[in-house]
Amino acid sequence: MVDTPGAEASRPIDGLSFEEALQELEGIVRELEGGQGKLEKAVAQYERGAALRRHCETLLAEAEQKVQAIVDSAAGPTLRDAG
Amino acid sequence: MDTTPPVAGAPASGANVPEFSVSEISGAIRRTLEGAFGRVRVRGEITECKRYPSGHIYLSLKDESAKLESVVWKSAVPRLSVQPENGVEVIATGKLTTYADRSKYQLVIDRLEYAGEGALLARIEKLRVRLAAEGLFEAGRKRVLPGLPRVVGVVTSEAGAVIQDIRTTIARRFPRRILLWPVPVQGQGAAERIAAAIEGFGRLPHDGPIPRPDVLIVARGGGSLEDLMAFNEEIVVRAAASCPIPLISAVGHETDTTLIDFAADRRAPTPTAAAEMAVPARADLLAALDQTGARLRGAAMRQRRAAETTLLRLERRLPDIPARVLEYRRRLDEAGESLPDALRAFVRLKRDALAPLAVPHPRESIAARRHAVALLDGRRVAAFARCVQRLRGARALHAFSAAPVLALLRERRAMLAGASRQLEALSYNAVLARGFALVRDAEGEPLTRAAAVAPGARLSIGFADGQVVATAEGEAPRRAKAKKGTEQGTLL
Repeated sequence: MVDTPGAEASRPIDGLSFEEALQELEGIVRELEGGQGKLEKAVAQYERGAALRRHCETLLAEAEQKVQAIVDSAAGPTLRDAG
Repeated sequence: MDTTPPVAGAPASGANVPEFSVSEISGAIRRTLEGAFGRVRVRGEITECKRYPSGHIYLSLKDESAKLESVVWKSAVPRLSVQPENGVEVIATGKLTTYADRSKYQLVIDRLEYAGEGALLARIEKLRVRLAAEGLFEAGRKRVLPGLPRVVGVVTSEAGAVIQDIRTTIARRFPRRILLWPVPVQGQGAAERIAAAIEGFGRLPHDGPIPRPDVLIVARGGGSLEDLMAFNEEIVVRAAASCPIPLISAVGHETDTTLIDFAADRRAPTPTAAAEMAVPARADLLAALDQTGARLRGAAMRQRRAAETTLLRLERRLPDIPARVLEYRRRLDEAGESLPDALRAFVRLKRDALAPLAVPHPRESIAARRHAVALLDGRRVAAFARCVQRLRGARALHAFSAAPVLALLRERRAMLAGASRQLEALSYNAVLARGFALVRDAEGEPLTRAAAVAPGARLSIGFADGQVVATAEGEAPRRAKAKKGTEQGTLL
């Protein structure tokens, strides 16, 4: 399959992993800072960037919650032999 | 013994020899034969053995040089301890009699026994070979005995030491329920009864009122080869081979071998040994259980230790997930914060790119020129004031001449007039004075093309001396195709 520019933008955000979404968001920021391309595309990219950020926030919040739970349980009591 | 036949008739003329009728002589022979021999035991090999539908058995006994025709009447057949078959050497007991119709004599047999161990063993071997050829003794047919049977079935004599030995052995090792099917273990009809008992146990239902045994013991004590013959009979061997319950044979002493031993799933040398095979010793089971338990605990401990070691190794290799999450958080915050700034930067860059291309409005141009003139005028007034100040302060006031100042003023006025003319030349007012008009839309933006005017649009038309408001009528003209390469590209 040949990659076409902007192909990743067509992928539904819900289906992206955290790493994929973050990578795409960083790419959008770099592209906007470069000032290349059309204004319409820039606005669309900004819009997708905002959605990607929300998606990343959700996933990261879940991960942070899980890690916290694991850390808390690890600090708690451990199982021992009753025998 | 007097064998002279009784005188039946007068001697024939010229002869001293008595004369008999056929019946008379036949009767005389019969009486002589039966009287002379009575009951006899005859040893010979059975040949021409035939069982008739009437139930009688006809056979011949032969040796190297003679043959004796014999018969077993139907009434005597069930009482025979040996079933007659060709090739078997037997001792037949009975009485000799004649068969007058055919001038024959025959032995009427009422008892049969094997003629010594050699004959018995030959017969047994012959049967063994035949049954082995059928596959009745194959190892693949043997079944495994149950580990701990609930019910043990026993086929043996009700009286005697055998059942007692089995009972005491099972009670000592691991008490189990014993079902006895009593049978005669030797003599007339024993084989049929033993076979029926084995088959009977096999036919018991699993959930019937009499529990079906999990293992069978077929046993009898020691004895002569002839005593054990019931366990060499084909009917018993076949019953043992086809029994659905695992079967242990324990017939005779350790040195005795019977054909049932070949068909059984296990052979025990004695009835006691059979009971030991059937039921495990409770103490042995408990010891084995303890040993297995100890092994299990040891294995579990070893496994646990191994698992703990593996877990520790894996724990050390685990990536620091909290640190990775924090790194992701930093990157996300950075990208998220940069996003709005990035768009603003994008727009700023576009605006900067647009600035050099912007065409200033004439008003802006005039205002700029006017501002420049005002600045110049300001500088002129200031310069004049400084000049006057200097002149005032000079000692040689009497030597003052106004000529240089006037010359400077003239020069500045000429410059101002030139700039004003230049401004007028740039202004569109001069163009309007020549008869042209400036058309603007409702927002005051200049319109340069007819195609930009929609029908009904409000227009403002500027002339040299003032403004007129108008409304556009008719269809908008079609835009003429621009020449290739002349159209200005988009800025964005």
